[in-house]
Amino acid sequence: MDFLRPASWEEALAVKAEHPTAVPIAGGTDVMVEINFDHRRPEYLMDLTRIGDLYEWEVGDDTVRLGASVPYAQIMEHLRPELPGLALASHTVASPQIRNRGGVGGNLGTASPAGDAHPALLAAGAEVEVESVRGSRRIPIDGFYTGVKRNALAPDELIRAVHVKKADGPQQYSKVGTRNAMVIAVCAFGLALHPETRTVRTGIGSAAPTPIRAKAAEDFLNAALEEGGFWDNGKIVTPSVAKQFADLCAAACNPIDDVRGTASYRRHAVGVMARRTLTWTWESYRGAHRTTEGAA
Amino acid sequence: MPTNGVPTKITQGSGTKGGIGESTLRPDGTLKVTGEFAYSSDMWHEDMLWGQILRSTVAHAEIVSIDTAEALATPGVYAVMTYDDLPAEVKHYGLEIRDTPVLAHGKVRHHGEPVAIVAADHPETARRAAAKIRVEYRELPVITDEASATAPDAVLVHEHRDDHHAGHVPHPNIVHRQPIVRGDVAAARGRADVIVEGEYTFGMQDQAFLGPESGLAVPEEDGGVHLYIATQWLHSDLRQIAPVLGLPEDKVRMTLAGVGGAFGGREDLSMQIHACLLALRTGKPVKIVYNRFESFFGHVHRHPAKLYYEHGATADGKLTHVKARIVLDGGAYASASPAVVGNASSLGVGPYAVDDVDIEAIALYTNNPPCGAMRGFGAVQACFAYEAQMDKLAARLGMDPVELRQRNAMEQGTLLPTGQPVDSPAPVAELLRRVKAMPMPPERQWESSEGADVRQLPGGLSNTTHGEGVVRGVGYAVGIKNVGFSEGFDDYSTARVRMEVVGGEPVATVHTAMAEVGQGGVTVHAQIARTELGVTQVTIHPADTRVGSAGSTSASRQTYVTGGAIKHACELVREKVLELGRRKLGSYHPAWAHAELLLEGGKVVTDGGEVLADLVDVLGDEAVEVEEEWRHRPTEPFDLRTGQGNGHVQYSFAAHRAVVEVDTELGLVKVIELACAQDVGKALNPLSVVGQIQGGTTQGLGVAVMEEILVDPTTAKVRNPSFTDYLIPTILDTPTIPVDVLELADDHAPYGLRGIGEAPTLSSTPAVLAAIRAATGLELNRTPVRPEHLTGTA
Amino acid sequence: MRVHFTVNGRPQQADDVWEGESLLYVLRERLGLPGSKNACEQGECGSCTVRLDGVPVCSCLVAAGQAEGREVVTVEGLADHARQRARGCGESGGSCGTSLDEAKAWKPDGADSQTGEGGELSPVQQAFIDAGAVQCGFCTPGLLVAADETLERNPNPSDADIREALSGNLCRCTGYEKIMDAVRLAAARQSEGV
Repeated sequence: MDFLRPASWEEALAVKAEHPTAVPIAGGTDVMVEINFDHRRPEYLMDLTRIGDLYEWEVGDDTVRLGASVPYAQIMEHLRPELPGLALASHTVASPQIRNRGGVGGNLGTASPAGDAHPALLAAGAEVEVESVRGSRRIPIDGFYTGVKRNALAPDELIRAVHVKKADGPQQYSKVGTRNAMVIAVCAFGLALHPETRTVRTGIGSAAPTPIRAKAAEDFLNAALEEGGFWDNGKIVTPSVAKQFADLCAAACNPIDDVRGTASYRRHAVGVMARRTLTWTWESYRGAHRTTEGAA
Repeated sequence: MPTNGVPTKITQGSGTKGGIGESTLRPDGTLKVTGEFAYSSDMWHEDMLWGQILRSTVAHAEIVSIDTAEALATPGVYAVMTYDDLPAEVKHYGLEIRDTPVLAHGKVRHHGEPVAIVAADHPETARRAAAKIRVEYRELPVITDEASATAPDAVLVHEHRDDHHAGHVPHPNIVHRQPIVRGDVAAARGRADVIVEGEYTFGMQDQAFLGPESGLAVPEEDGGVHLYIATQWLHSDLRQIAPVLGLPEDKVRMTLAGVGGAFGGREDLSMQIHACLLALRTGKPVKIVYNRFESFFGHVHRHPAKLYYEHGATADGKLTHVKARIVLDGGAYASASPAVVGNASSLGVGPYAVDDVDIEAIALYTNNPPCGAMRGFGAVQACFAYEAQMDKLAARLGMDPVELRQRNAMEQGTLLPTGQPVDSPAPVAELLRRVKAMPMPPERQWESSEGADVRQLPGGLSNTTHGEGVVRGVGYAVGIKNVGFSEGFDDYSTARVRMEVVGGEPVATVHTAMAEVGQGGVTVHAQIARTELGVTQVTIHPADTRVGSAGSTSASRQTYVTGGAIKHACELVREKVLELGRRKLGSYHPAWAHAELLLEGGKVVTDGGEVLADLVDVLGDEAVEVEEEWRHRPTEPFDLRTGQGNGHVQYSFAAHRAVVEVDTELGLVKVIELACAQDVGKALNPLSVVGQIQGGTTQGLGVAVMEEILVDPTTAKVRNPSFTDYLIPTILDTPTIPVDVLELADDHAPYGLRGIGEAPTLSSTPAVLAAIRAATGLELNRTPVRPEHLTGTA
Repeated sequence: MRVHFTVNGRPQQADDVWEGESLLYVLRERLGLPGSKNACEQGECGSCTVRLDGVPVCSCLVAAGQAEGREVVTVEGLADHARQRARGCGESGGSCGTSLDEAKAWKPDGADSQTGEGGELSPVQQAFIDAGAVQCGFCTPGLLVAADETLERNPNPSDADIREALSGNLCRCTGYEKIMDAVRLAAARQSEGV
């Protein structure tokens, strides 16, 4: 095993071009576990912790450019207004020690269906900025996850940042685990309301081979909200609409039975989380709506 | 802390600071908070090698061949050993039955069984070399439960049994069977107004001590070996290790290294023999440290169990009879299974008075992971089931569950189903009364001015509910655990106590082989010496095999038995010191001859308080030393057909009230409070007593809602050997645990004390289950409860 | 490979480090600092918690090479760290681990770990002893580093804050109640300026 320590992003790209099997390591929360337990013996380990750029974020007009290695703890502390769903998701990650170290880049690189950030990114809308010596490109989050622990990266590419849409409405995130802290997701659900486009987006974790959106559920809810004039009148979403949305989210799942939970439970739990997060976000939207009305 | 019991009369030492009854602080505390305390995994030696164990990847198979050539040729590798390299005639070990091969021979019987061992200069070299050992298996059908174990054509897990249980078991795949039959259940059933039946399942729990198995074996010039090891019982290890090394016991020296928790998981051997073998083979010190994955294969677990119960009662709530069948899965090797069977059967009705009882308990040999000792030891599984039955009975009778328990609670004098009278206080009804009387935690504690605090809700930080679906439930349970080794075992400990003047002060040194595993034995041992010898300076000598056996740090027995041995040795030292005083100074004061003399504050005083001499002057340059064995009252084996016999020496009782909040839609549980009342006889160190009760309670909580080793029923392979998937409670899963300590002296025990460590682990689990049942209305016949069971999605 | 970094204020160098080694392994096996404990090697238990450039992390998940040039504080340096913090300076002193010769087994003190003895401990260390938060002690070093950092950030934490901050540190002996007591005690003593 060789340990490579590129001092700059350009150097990292060059190293990756020369050694496409090099395994990038930043927070180490996935890679080191695999090494400690003898599951993986990469030829090259490439340390990215010396590349300061990866630890920075910029808040733009419409998006936040989040460096791949910005730790979850920083997202929780500094980006809650812009990225509320991702901040909530970050808070569910493992333990304080892990949140101090791990970042979204690692989650995307590993592309485990259980990665905590994915449902929040899917719901908010995001693009993954990847780069190689051949050039830079942005992969829409919807096309990023290509299989179980597989993503759309080419062998010579590295994840530099993720561009996440700034919240234009309430976002929520829930995750089920069988312990009250420090759990890997049995399943997870992210929901974002986008009042500007009058749409909702969802994200589901650990309930299919990859993180997914519940598109049929989104389409149903978008139509129901539009038809009922809910975006304007700020009425309570009717229980039948919420239930139908929840059922469609559950139906979007394609889960397995494993040591962490049964497929049947996962489907059920996604439905419950969908209904609850819809209630929470919509109540929050209605609250804001009423405040706006009152002010006007 | 309330101390409403009968006060214990102490004359000697009641005036000495730091004696028994005080919450003195741990003597190893400073080292433990500075990182200097040397645990077994911290041992280091110049030129030491690292040992690595190759384990079976299948559960049941014949070994066709093992090829070690490539591993041996790896640079940095010093030795590779298999069964064929074992040096002595004896190649097996075991706590009670010597059925466990040091390295697999001919076949493997469970997933993760040691097959070969490697020593190399770096752990990674050792791992790589182990991976190069080629083992060819021919797989055999797996025995995984009672049906497959006792089927007429079942493969025998052990083909040629000649152990002392082999003759009386109904099938060779049954390790041991113990019936307990008393009265006439058939007749009693006729008197019952209600009968409730239940079938219960207890999952496989892991001790999950935080310090993985580890140790360092150092070869010695005389051809022997010195092992620095984390264990629960040095002399039991020694008895099993020496014959396999082909060495006399005096050439195997053992010193207790720091122990990172035990809970029963270090009662059996793990890497002890392997490290010694490699050290003797290479002539170099060899260190072995399991990682967490290996630790799940490296020690026995709590027996999973199926329990079938029938309880009958009259309309006014008096138990008529209990019929039970308890099937414990012992896994591939016997370990402590026979004794676990003895506990599960003899304590199978719980702390209740019932005349007509028919219980059968068995332990199976299967190809599942071996199971043996864990805190609560057989009594835990039974308590889960009989307490569920008591709730079921109360519901059927329309009676308050606490009242039903109190109505049937045993008392001093009650006969156990074994016919043995309980000959010390048994405040079962009182403990229930106390735990019920504790104030209830406020409702909806999660509500705050800023909205719901998810940390106080089911699901915790995962943000699954802001109060939706959350229902509170309350449940009660009580249990009985035997203290000390039962069934006629010669249960003793040895203490060497020395008193001398060091630096102008009288100092007592206490030397025992007691394994301090975190429980605080070293703290109370020093307290006992202070009380008995009237000195403040007490040195606890490191535990090793240069002194006689202390017995195991298990069965809640060390404060009782090794504490008793120290007390006894101190009494003899005291007599010798006074004798010395009489000889040297007797002529100066008539009280030397006539008064009752005590040692207090470093002086010899009369019972009237008059100071006769300083210990410094009495002792001068002389040292007074005594080494003595001490035993608790003898016990008897249970009759193999009827289970009758005075098998136990002491009991420990605890009751719990659990308050839980369940997210009934998602099936997630938050335990809000887990209150405990326990009789401890006499709290030698109140702070440690409460710590033990809270720790034991939490392990019971773990197996109620999250902890289970999952074994694939088709392959018998372990599915979750990691802390990612074997979950133990975090600080956010653990509630406040108010503790009410009762001190009713057991006059047969030193200072009236009771062993305390295990009882709280018994009643915690059924109390939590009862609370979840109360919240959900579900029957819940297994533990741990998973979200699937609460949502109908299993 | 060779790795340099600062541990408890003292520059350290480790040679012949295998590239897959963790910071935890280097501390324990190469630098004689076995205070940080190895209990799971997968970031699930917190026993190996150290401060890396001030931030609490699981040292089992830091590749040794990633520590190059960084500052590490372990439980062995916690008392000095707390003292320096109290004095308002940034650097901390060092300490050494346990060799076999030094530590054949644990060396018992004649006396108990009484309050104030030696005066060498940080407030959280002393509070852990006083409150009975130490049993087997294997989780203790990681908990101390985490608890010390918690109180550094939040001198008056609520119970829920303490539980959240320590939710990455497993303890199997105590049931956490005495650990809660210890952190409350340390916070109270700190606020009283004791």
